[in-house]
Amino acid sequence: MAAPTMDRSTAAAPATPVQTLTISKALNMGLRAAMEANPKVIMMGEDIGKLGGVFRITDGLQKDFGEQRVLDTPLAESGIIGTAVGLAIRGYRPVCEIQFDGFIFPGFDQIVSQVAKLHYRTQGKIKMPIVIRVPFGGGIGAVEHHSESPESYFAHTAGLKVVSCSNPADAYWMIQQAIDCDDPVLFFEPKRRYYEKGEVDTTAQPGPLFASRVLRSGTDATLVAYGPMVRTSLDAANAAAEDGTSLEVIDLRSLSPLDLAPVFESVRRTGRLVVVSEAPSESSIASEIAAKVQQECFYSLQAPVLRVTGFDTPYPPSKLEEEFLPDLDRVLHAVDRSLAW
Amino acid sequence: MSSPEQWTHPEPDAAPAATAAKPTAEQVIAGLRATDEGGADLVQLLTPEGERVTHPDFDIDISAEELRGLYRDMVLIRRVDREANALQRKGQLGIWVPLLGQEAAQIGAGRAMRPTDMAFPSYREHGIAWTRGIDPTELLGIFRGTDQGTWDPVEKRFHPYTIVIGNQVLNAAGYAMGQKFDGKVGDDDGEATMVFFGDGATSQGDVHEGFVWAAVYDAPLVFFCQNNQWAISEPTERQSRLPLYQRARGYGFPGIRVDGNDVLATLAVTRWALNECRHGNGPILIEAFTYRMDAHTTSDDPTRYRLSDELEMWKLKDPIERVKVYLVRQQWADSTFFEGVEAEADALAENLREFCVNMPDPPAERIFSNVYAEGNPVLEAQRDEFLDYVSGFAGGEH
Repeated sequence: MAAPTMDRSTAAAPATPVQTLTISKALNMGLRAAMEANPKVIMMGEDIGKLGGVFRITDGLQKDFGEQRVLDTPLAESGIIGTAVGLAIRGYRPVCEIQFDGFIFPGFDQIVSQVAKLHYRTQGKIKMPIVIRVPFGGGIGAVEHHSESPESYFAHTAGLKVVSCSNPADAYWMIQQAIDCDDPVLFFEPKRRYYEKGEVDTTAQPGPLFASRVLRSGTDATLVAYGPMVRTSLDAANAAAEDGTSLEVIDLRSLSPLDLAPVFESVRRTGRLVVVSEAPSESSIASEIAAKVQQECFYSLQAPVLRVTGFDTPYPPSKLEEEFLPDLDRVLHAVDRSLAW
Repeated sequence: MSSPEQWTHPEPDAAPAATAAKPTAEQVIAGLRATDEGGADLVQLLTPEGERVTHPDFDIDISAEELRGLYRDMVLIRRVDREANALQRKGQLGIWVPLLGQEAAQIGAGRAMRPTDMAFPSYREHGIAWTRGIDPTELLGIFRGTDQGTWDPVEKRFHPYTIVIGNQVLNAAGYAMGQKFDGKVGDDDGEATMVFFGDGATSQGDVHEGFVWAAVYDAPLVFFCQNNQWAISEPTERQSRLPLYQRARGYGFPGIRVDGNDVLATLAVTRWALNECRHGNGPILIEAFTYRMDAHTTSDDPTRYRLSDELEMWKLKDPIERVKVYLVRQQWADSTFFEGVEAEADALAENLREFCVNMPDPPAERIFSNVYAEGNPVLEAQRDEFLDYVSGFAGGEH
């Protein structure tokens, strides 16, 4: 993989390099930096201009970069993706916002049939440097189609890359790296964590985009999560520590390609793995991790790989989402089962 | 089935073609026989009998040399089409998608384009490919299964064939938006894009979305719909109540129906439409009224769903014959010319045949090549494991 080129010295120009930001603001600043760095970067989506997006992630960008670089598009997701394909062929680097996870499906055909396959079909003569931003996951008390976790569909599709950020620093850097990538990237944003804060160093050289990261070291069992479940897993590890159980927490960050070397290394030490995800478990990213870990760490495993996920149902009415979504207790319950195996 | 009036009712603002709102008996009959009559609004400059006629809005000043060139294009691409069809029958191609009958629509549209214009084809656009300088041998791999199109879409300004019905319409709308954003629209030197699709595609959401997007962004895009009357087995009535060109009005741009078997009319109308687009007056919809003389593909059997009478009727409207008649009548071409084109067609066909039977199968590693622009270590590991497995067999074969 080509190392991301990051010359953002003039971008955003913060007063101090280290700021405390929300994920939402970090994404906004990351998008702004990418637009300043490359005039071919354009934003496309519903309500992203004047309104600044329903989550305000693109707030202020149209005002500063104009309507030709921040497009309030017609209300048609296939149109957003399908025209982004043509703009990419023309030399643009479109960043598409899908307003909510459950609305990506009208654009699914264009993503799977064109975005994912044009580089392959033309044997590299056409590149698809398109980023598709998707606020995803539940926990916000929303109506149907606003709380889904569709990432496995895209991780299953050859030709796409899929990432998810879990904290403000990653939000700031990963969105810029995704925009710099010559492959199409599905960028899943943990919408219920948008307003969680963290430190962002806008001058630090970021690590590679398609890499997982160990966030907390531990010795008794390994937790793997991504997106909104990273916070849940870290909370679970804190709680477990009070009871004397040491959990290692790994943030996957990249869902396709999966960077599992740190997971294998961890499981070889701990012998136990619990994968945490909001998405339903059947044929999911959690399933893939379980398969790969049993293949690579077969003799190190002290217990089967366990998955703590959403259930294999449609996303329920929101009064039931606390039961549906994995939480600290369900994660620790799985850890207990693993340790007791 | 829609009411007959709808087939002949003129657009309120389409002044030149306007006739009485109440249709005559003849118009009603024409409407009922809509598959072989283009209706009152059909733009035609050369009748099936080879008579040059005029049209109040569209005319063309064509030289003998130009017309001979169009004739040659059509004869050659028809020969390519027939040869490829035969190669499928001999087992050399897995499938072929015939263009027979649509030569005028494609050569007329293709020759209206400039090198700086961009074309987005469906999968039957062998004639457009020809006009973009794609060698016919480059079309074979798609249907033989050795590749998915080998030409450089950026250099040739001819996008890869798109097989998912209607997808390319949105892709073209985006490209045309890019031409506008780049400041390449607004004068005689402006750029334009043309997208090709069929009557069946007009039911796809992507085509409707393409109409909306191109309209609201004033994109320099010509929607070129070849209405060949059949979407595999489904007639146009299954796609629309309204003549397809009239749909444009609902989206806020002009729609023109042209005789797609008339290369002069198609060239004139498409030139006009592209010119409008390059000056910033796009988009425009052209419905080329034509007929698919052969099957949908070599896997199809049209005798199950359409009458041979219909085919016989359309044979009388052949796109090539009428040009030949006109060239002879004008004394713009003699037997030496026609024999020369035939000889050229024979040579082209022989070259195609020779090339096809000698096409090598791609190597196994092709499965894995260019899935990503920046690589993927997980996929590379899978590839290496597979190639290692393959190399374990004697001679690398398995």
